[in-house]
Parts: sequence; C-alpha cells; structure tokens
Amino acid sequence: MHSPVLFQILVFITSTFFAPWTAHFPGSDASVISEILEPVGIAVESLPPQSSAPPLHQPYGIDTGKIASPAARVPVNDIADPIVSSTSPAGNRHRGTEPVSFEIVQWNWEHAQGPFLVAVWITVASLAKILFHLSSKVTTVVPESCLLILLGLGLGGIVLAATNRTDYQLDPKMFFLFLLPPIVLDSGYFMPSRLFFDNIGTILMYAVVGTLWNSSATGLALWGIKQAGLMDKKVDAGLMDFLLFGSLISAVDPVAVLAVFEEVHVNETLFIIVFGESLLNDAVTVVLYKVFNTFVEMGSDKVRAVDYVKGVASFFVVSLGGTVVGLVFAFILALTTRFTKRARIIEPLFVFLLVYLSYLTAEIASLSSILAMTFCGMCCKKYVEANISHKSRTTVKYTMKTMASIAETIIFMFLGISAVDTSKWTWDSGLVLFTLVFVFVFRAVGVILQTWVLNRFRLCPLDWIDQVVMSYGGLRGAVAFALVILLDKSKVKAKDYFVATTITVVFFTVMFQGLTIKPLVKWLKVKRSNQHKPTLNEELHERAFDHILAAVEDIAGHHGYHHWRDKWEHFDKKYLSQLLMRKSAYRIKDEIWDVYQKLNIRDAMSFIDQGGHILSSAKLSLPSLPSRMSFSETSVTNLLWENGSGVCLDLQVIDTVRSGKDKEDTVMHHVLAGNLYKPRKRYQANYSRHFISADEQEWQDREVIQRNMRCRLESFRSTKHSVYQNKGKSRHKKSQKKHRSNDVNGDVPNGKPKRNISWQDTVPVVMTMDSEEEEEDNSGAEKEEDEGITFVARAADEVLLEGKQSSILDVYQSPFLLPPSPTCTEKELPWKGDQGDLPACVSSETTKIVPIDLQQAWNQSISSLESLPPPTTSEVQQLQHRTVPLVMLEERGAPAALARPPLDPCFQFPEHATAAGRSSEEDSTECIQQQELRPLMSSDKQPRPGPSAESAGARWPVQFNRAARVSLLQNVVTASPYKGSGQTDL
Amino acid sequence: MGSRASTLLRDEEIEEIKKETGFSHSQITRLYSRFTSLDKGENGTLCREDFQRIPELAINPLGDRIINAFFPEGEDQVNFRGFMRTLAHFRPIDDHEKNKDPNVSEPLNSRNNKLLFAFRLYDLDKDDKISRDELLQVLRMMVGVNISDDQLGSIADRTIQEADQDGDSFISFTEFIKTANTSLEPWARLPGTTLHHCHC
Repeated sequence: MHSPVLFQILVFITSTFFAPWTAHFPGSDASVISEILEPVGIAVESLPPQSSAPPLHQPYGIDTGKIASPAARVPVNDIADPIVSSTSPAGNRHRGTEPVSFEIVQWNWEHAQGPFLVAVWITVASLAKILFHLSSKVTTVVPESCLLILLGLGLGGIVLAATNRTDYQLDPKMFFLFLLPPIVLDSGYFMPSRLFFDNIGTILMYAVVGTLWNSSATGLALWGIKQAGLMDKKVDAGLMDFLLFGSLISAVDPVAVLAVFEEVHVNETLFIIVFGESLLNDAVTVVLYKVFNTFVEMGSDKVRAVDYVKGVASFFVVSLGGTVVGLVFAFILALTTRFTKRARIIEPLFVFLLVYLSYLTAEIASLSSILAMTFCGMCCKKYVEANISHKSRTTVKYTMKTMASIAETIIFMFLGISAVDTSKWTWDSGLVLFTLVFVFVFRAVGVILQTWVLNRFRLCPLDWIDQVVMSYGGLRGAVAFALVILLDKSKVKAKDYFVATTITVVFFTVMFQGLTIKPLVKWLKVKRSNQHKPTLNEELHERAFDHILAAVEDIAGHHGYHHWRDKWEHFDKKYLSQLLMRKSAYRIKDEIWDVYQKLNIRDAMSFIDQGGHILSSAKLSLPSLPSRMSFSETSVTNLLWENGSGVCLDLQVIDTVRSGKDKEDTVMHHVLAGNLYKPRKRYQANYSRHFISADEQEWQDREVIQRNMRCRLESFRSTKHSVYQNKGKSRHKKSQKKHRSNDVNGDVPNGKPKRNISWQDTVPVVMTMDSEEEEEDNSGAEKEEDEGITFVARAADEVLLEGKQSSILDVYQSPFLLPPSPTCTEKELPWKGDQGDLPACVSSETTKIVPIDLQQAWNQSISSLESLPPPTTSEVQQLQHRTVPLVMLEERGAPAALARPPLDPCFQFPEHATAAGRSSEEDSTECIQQQELRPLMSSDKQPRPGPSAESAGARWPVQFNRAARVSLLQNVVTASPYKGSGQTDL
Repeated sequence: MGSRASTLLRDEEIEEIKKETGFSHSQITRLYSRFTSLDKGENGTLCREDFQRIPELAINPLGDRIINAFFPEGEDQVNFRGFMRTLAHFRPIDDHEKNKDPNVSEPLNSRNNKLLFAFRLYDLDKDDKISRDELLQVLRMMVGVNISDDQLGSIADRTIQEADQDGDSFISFTEFIKTANTSLEPWARLPGTTLHHCHC
C-alpha cells in the first residue's frame, strides 16, 4: 500500500508515548487535527506557540517541510474535507483525493489519529500504573506521583535524545479544561462534607490568609534577593514580576496533595485541612495571578491605588462568584435528577455534565472554577445520591474515580515530560535555590503563625506535629506549572527563569517531599488513619469517652457550630430536601440506607469470595454451643448463593480480613468499629477517596433514643412498682403521665431463675417509630428496581435460626429476607432480637420460665397497654425536630412468642396486624420483606390453631425455644442496664 | 448545701467554686446561667429530669450514665457546686500551667480523676472492678442493634482478657488506666477546651 505505512506504525509506537495527547483530545480544537495529518503520525502541535517550529520534524525524513501550514489550521470537522486533503498532499491520501481506482483497504490513519493517540496515551499511562503496582515494595516507598514523573522524565528524555524535539508540554489549556476537572470533581463530590465544614474556618484561614502570606512573602523576599544582587543579572524582573511568580508558586496544589496524602494516611482532620486548603486557595491564586499579571502587563508604574482595591474586590467576586455558580448548578443538578426516574440511563451523565458545566461556566466568567466545581459536587451529592438509582450511583462513583485517576496519571507524566524541555528553561541557581528555601520556610512560618491563632478557637487544637506535616505537605504541582507556562513572555521577561524555577519547585515538593513525607509521618508518629488498629479496650474507651464528652458539652450548653448546623439541617429537611429529592427518596432517608446497602452488598460479595469464614465472628471464643452447632448445620454460603440474602455480614469486617491475620481480632475490631455508636461530632468522619462514608446519624439517633427512653421508662417503672431499688438508678418521674406506664416491671434483681417477672423482662418494650411515620416511610416509596436484594447485618443469626427452626418444625425452607433498611430493622426489632439471639442463650435459666405465667403476664401487659393513650414522652417530643418524628411504645414481637398458648383466644397477634395493615401500600421492598417474613410468621402461627392437638412433647421444645428467645429480647432489644447489674449482685 | 436555693450566685460561693474546681470567674458565671436555665424547678438544684430534658442527651448512648454521674450516691438532686465539681473533670489537664489551686489534693481535672470518672461510668456497683457484665452493659449501650449478644459477649470477653493483667477476669482501675490512658487524649482536648474558652 502506501510506503510509509510500516514506518508509520513503528514511529507511531514510539511517538504515541510522546505525543502531547492533549493536542489530540477529541474535544479539543479541531484545527489541531489537521496538523496531525502527516505520515509520521506525530502530533506536532505544541501549544506554547514559540516552540512549534517546522524544523522539528526533520528526523523523520518523510514529508519534511510538509507540515501543515497555517492554512491547514482551518477547522477540520470532517477528514474528507477537501481543504484538508489538498493541504496534505503527502503520500497519505484519503477519500478527498480523486481515487485512481478502488482500493480494497484504505489506510485512514489520519481519520482516527487524534482520538487513537489519546486512547493509546491513556492506556500507556494506565499500564505504567499497573507496572508500578506490580511490586508492592516500590509503591509503598515511592509515591505513585513520583514514579509517574520519573516515567515522564524518562520518556521525555528518550524523545529528546531520539528526535531532538522538545516541544511536548503540559498544555495549560488542556490542563485546565480537561485534566483538572475530573480531579476536582472527584474530590468535591466525595468530599466528606461534614468533616469539611467542621473545619471550614481553619481551611479558609489557611487557604486565604496562608496563600496571601505565602505569595506576598515569597514575592517580596525574592525581590529583595534580586535587589541584593544574589541573583543573576539576567533575571529581568521587577517587584510585580516577583509577586506574580510568588502568587503562582505559593499555592498548594490539590492534585499533588491528593496524590501524596492519599498514600500517607494521616488522620482525617489533618488531611482535610491540607486538602481543603489546596482546593479553596484556588480563588486566591486565580485572583493574585490575574491581578499581578495585569499589573505586570500594565507596567508597575501605572498601577494605581484603585487597581489594588479592584484586586481585593475581585477576590470576593471570584471566590463568592465561583461558589455561587457551584451552588446554582448543584441546585439545578439536584432538581434535574429528581425527574430522571424514567430515564435512569442518563442519570450519571447529568451528574458529570452539570458539574462540568459549573466548572466551565466559572471559567468563562473567570471566576474560581475549582471552587465552583468543589461546591457543586459537595452540595449536590446528598440530593443526587438520594435521587438517582443505585446503579447510577455506582456508575457515577466509578467513572469519577477512573477519570480522576487517569487525569492524575497524565498530569504527572506530563510534568515529567515537560521538564525535559530545556529550551524554555533558563536556569539560575540563585533564583531556584532561594525560591525553594522561601517556599518552604514561608510555608512553615505561615502555618505556625496561623495555627497559633487558630488554636485559640479550635476545639481540637493542632499540635506541632500536625503543623510540621502541614508545612511539609505544602506541595506545589501542576497548577503552578500550568500557570507559569501561561505567562506571556513578551511581558514577563523572566518567564524562562520562572519556568525553570517552577519546575524545580514542583519536582522538589512532589518528589522529595512526597518521598520523605511518609517516613517523616512515621517518625513523628503522626496520628494516622487506619494504620493502627487500636486494641479493643482503646477502641471502646475512646468511643465511650467521646460520648461522655459530647454529653458534657451538651450539659454545659456549649452552642456554636453545632447549633448552626442543626439550624441548617432543619432548613434542609424542611424545605430543600423536599424540593430537591424525590418523595420516596426523601422519605426513606436514602443516604444512610443506600450506603448501608452498598456496604452490605460489597461485603456480601467479598464474603462469598472468602467462603464464608467470616461468620466465625459469631462463634468467637464464646462457649455458646447452640450457635455453633446451628451454624455448622447451615451452609451459610449456600444459603447466600441461593437466596442472595439473609446472611449476616458485619458491615466492615470483610474488607480487611485477610488470611493469615489474626482473624478474630480483626473481626472484632470491625464489629466494634462498625457498630459502636459514633459521637455526634464524628459522624462521617472518615474520608477516603475510594469509599463513601455513611451518614449513620439518623438511625443511630433513633436507636439510642429508643434505648434511652426505654431505660428511663424501665427505671421509672421499676421505682414505681418498687420491684426493686437499684441504688444509683432511681429516677424522677415527675412526668408520670407523659410516660407510658407500661406494666413491664421488668428488672430482675438477680440472675436467679426469675419468677414470672422474667417474662416481663422479655416483653420487648420497644420504642418504635410511630407507625404512621413508618408507613410514610415505606409507603409510596418507589423503590429502585435494583434494590431488591438486601443484606442485613445479623441476618446470619436468622439463617441460623432458620436452620434451627426448620429442624424443629420442618415448616419452611424458603429463605427470608430481612428488613431492608435500618428503619425497617428497627421496626422489626422484636423479631430480630427474638430470632437473632435465640441461639445465644438457650440456657438452663431461661428454660425455667413457666408458660402459664408468661401467658398471664402478657395479658396483663396488653391490657395495661391498651388502656393507655398513644404516648409520646416529653423528651421525645422535644426531639421531634431532630429527625425523630414520633416515638411511641409499641409492643410487638414478643407476642409472637407468647401468643401461642391457647388460653388466650382473644389475643391479637400484634405484628401480624400491623404488618398486614402496613403492607397494603408497601413498596416492593417492603413487599419482599413481608414475603420473606411470612415463613417466620407462619411458623409462629401454625401451632396456634390446635396446639392442644400436639403432643406435649412436641410442643415443649418449641416453647423452650420461645422462652429462650423471649428472655433474650431483654439483652438484645431492651439492653436494660439493670439486668446486668442485677446479675452482678449475684 | 441544699439550702442554697437562691438563684443568685454569691461572690464567696464563686470563690469557693473557683478554688475547688479551677474554673475561671467568667466560666463559672456562664455555667451558672446554664445551670439555672436547666433548672426548670427553679429550686437551685437539678434533678435527673432536668438533665433528661436536654435533647442531645437523649441521643447519647451513654447519656443516662453521665447524668447519673452528676448525682452523688443516693441523691436525687445536684446543686450548682456538685454540678461544677463534675464538670471540672472536663477541664483540660493543665500540666504545664502552674497549679493555681491551693488545694493540696489532686485537682479534679487531673488525669487520674478523669479516668476515675470514666471508670465509674463502667463500674456500676462501685467495687472498683469492671466485671464482664458491667462491660457488657456499656457495650450494649454503645453498639448498634446489629450486633448479636453472642458477638458482644465475645467482645467483652476479649476486652477483659486484653486488659486483665492479674487474671481475675475483672478490669481493675489500674488496669483500666493502662488501657484507657491513650484514649484520654481527646478528653484533654474536646470539651475541656470548650469550657476553657467559655469566656463568653
């Protein structure tokens, strides 16, 4: 065919490495493509204008001098465009030329060259990543960013040596338009907003004051050095030039920070401060850069006071404007996703498009685009996540991560390649050295000074170790580089010096500091995240202390940040969420439950992979035979496979469990870590770029309230009935009437065989959500079709139970699902507790319960319950504004156990009724749930019609079963402290 | 003590509290206004009800335990002094500060006293040992419903095992200090500083 084809391929293979892919980015300037239309297949376009010189192509020998002329820059939308073909008369031709005869195969290299190169580029970069990670040793020592830069350096060097071409650069335009947005989007969207806003003051301080200080100090100091004559005379720069340089060199770079800190795993607060700063300082950088750039171009003598004022004003416009743009787009995005129900497939697209649009809009308006995008991502997330389907969420998440990762890879690689280009460098040791020193010193000084101020206000002061890490973590990166490339050489005479210095600074910070920060962090023993697994004691105490502290703060009446957050949440709940979320989503409180679900599914998957040995957590070192035995009876894995549900998975465990580790420890840690209630401040405290943290607050609040209320009730009751006096526990019950006087006087003085009190214990006084509310929660919930499968923690016990029961009753084989949401879980609490813990204590004690007593007691409690008005305690009412609507006492669950004895014909099986009532308008999930629960219920009911018909022997085991379960409820559901204390009295 | 039902805080009282607790004057007055605002009965003392009215405490898993910690043994009321005495545990540890308190005894906000305070929250029967059951109760309070008793039991066992050095399967206070000391860091930071900075 065409002569250069083979050669082309060869050249292509090498050249793809070096071609500035940005020039070929599909979305980029179409005119660029025309330049590619040469047989060598190498992109010649180099964006810094001065470097795209024709002679560069000589090495290829082919088509020398036939580089696309300016005429070829005519936008080419279609390769068949005659203009193009006419302007590229070389051996390669395509449809545009008059065909001599029909060609069987046509080589249309140019046709797809641009995108092809982009794709190859990305592939290469990604392959490089894989290579790096082949050796885990290398990547644990050397950050990926360093490796990428080195790779870039190497590739650039090869090209330089081979072709003498040095025009490959990280193109600022492409950088800002295509490479930076994915990273910002990812970090904004997955920003742990709570943590971020918790530290917003600090972050803002560092971002604004810190950057201002850094740039001005650096600029002035460099100027001073210049005045002192310590710099090469050829560095032709005045005060304004140095300030300009200072402004671009002083900004901490989000890309670099993210890349390095992500591998270091410092604690979240430290991370969020450094990272937040790097994001938010964009506004400052942009403004300073623009201001000084203009000043330089104007000439410093013409700058008047008004211009400074304008500069300050511009800062507010740029930062606030960027934020507003972001918020507006976040609003639009949230609103849009509310209506995508019938067009699920484009949901992810909307997310990307609108956030990207916010970025571009801000760019157009020359506002802070990073701010716009960050806030857009951060603010829309809550609503978007609630609105879009589960699948879309996954798509969004992975696409974002992938794109961010690719962009990061390419940026660092390009940084390396760019550095090779010495043509634009002019090295001055004085400038470089002093810049390095100043950058480092002023950063440290700034951090120390600001921290000193901040620590007077911060609840959690930053200690000196934090400060060291923050100073050391002030990495400069591609943003600075892109900005310095953007400088106009005709105006900024010292640009070449600045470029060289910037590259050096970037390399120094990313490579040297990036490399050494890990050992430093280790050496300083910076509190790191996820590195150190605390002992159980530490974990427990820490959590307990946090709760204590929170409580004391509440008692001391400290209102500050929390107060306002509460207000905001109230507003959000009342207006924003209603406006921006689908009704269903709004009602089911999706964030929590979706994350929950996601975690569960993920865990289930890995659980399957691991063959189910995780469940050993349930049989850890506890001599509870029943649980063990029933465990072995059921093949959990099989069940999981067959049912796709109903397996108990601890939320956190599976991720980290690795063979060879001390499994028990890990499991326990995770059980604890995953399930300990978090103190109010720490909800959502985890940030990882790769996982989404859960907002567990609401279900937690609910659970805790239920418990607390129950405890109060019980203590109240116990004192009232004088069943026993627990010394420290007597409470005041001024609001007797408010409290529901439920006649569970259930505290067992000591662990001895309980009189008929023991059953009372077991009556699960569960404070559940008001049923109306519940119904709302579930009814009308248009569930995503893809949410059918739910894994709920502690289902294992149910599986287990199932095994047990079926062995006893031979009733049901069908698997059952669990209540799919925390809400539901709570709702079904009695059941859950009921079954879930059955195996745990079928102890001799519990079997002594006398059924008749149970029966009577139950009747009593029922009647007493019925005589009461629908209850809301005063405390509960106070709490209504905080996500807990109505709390009421309901008695459910235990009836399942107690209903059986035939003595009570009039007894209504309560949860059956409730459930039935509810199921009428249930969404699919609820239906599933109902279905799944049915076997259970039927098993409960079956004996009822004719229990007498059964032989006593047949009945007894069952009743033991019940009794045991019932007594267990005490432990599980009520968590009454008294029982325990009673036992300690033993 | 109980006789001081007046809603005004007298200067000598402030002085006494200052001595005892180390709070500054402004902190005391601020906390006193908080105290009175909590005191719905307006009798100069707080009862459990008053505490329970604080909405945040209802969602605090350990809320009730902490409330109890405010009440001296067998009493249902706590006056401002007692209130302050308990809160004093949460002042930051001033290791470096010169101890302005003339008290010879250890200040309330010392490491030991803080830990003891925490220890008492576990140790319900006040036998200076945390038993498995006591631990289990606390665990149960702090853990979501998703954990079965089985699991909790094993956690409790392990926790005790971990901390127990003399092999009596109880956690004594000395053992507690060893395990909990590291966790005390945030303690020294959080509300301590809050109280520290309550100059408003």
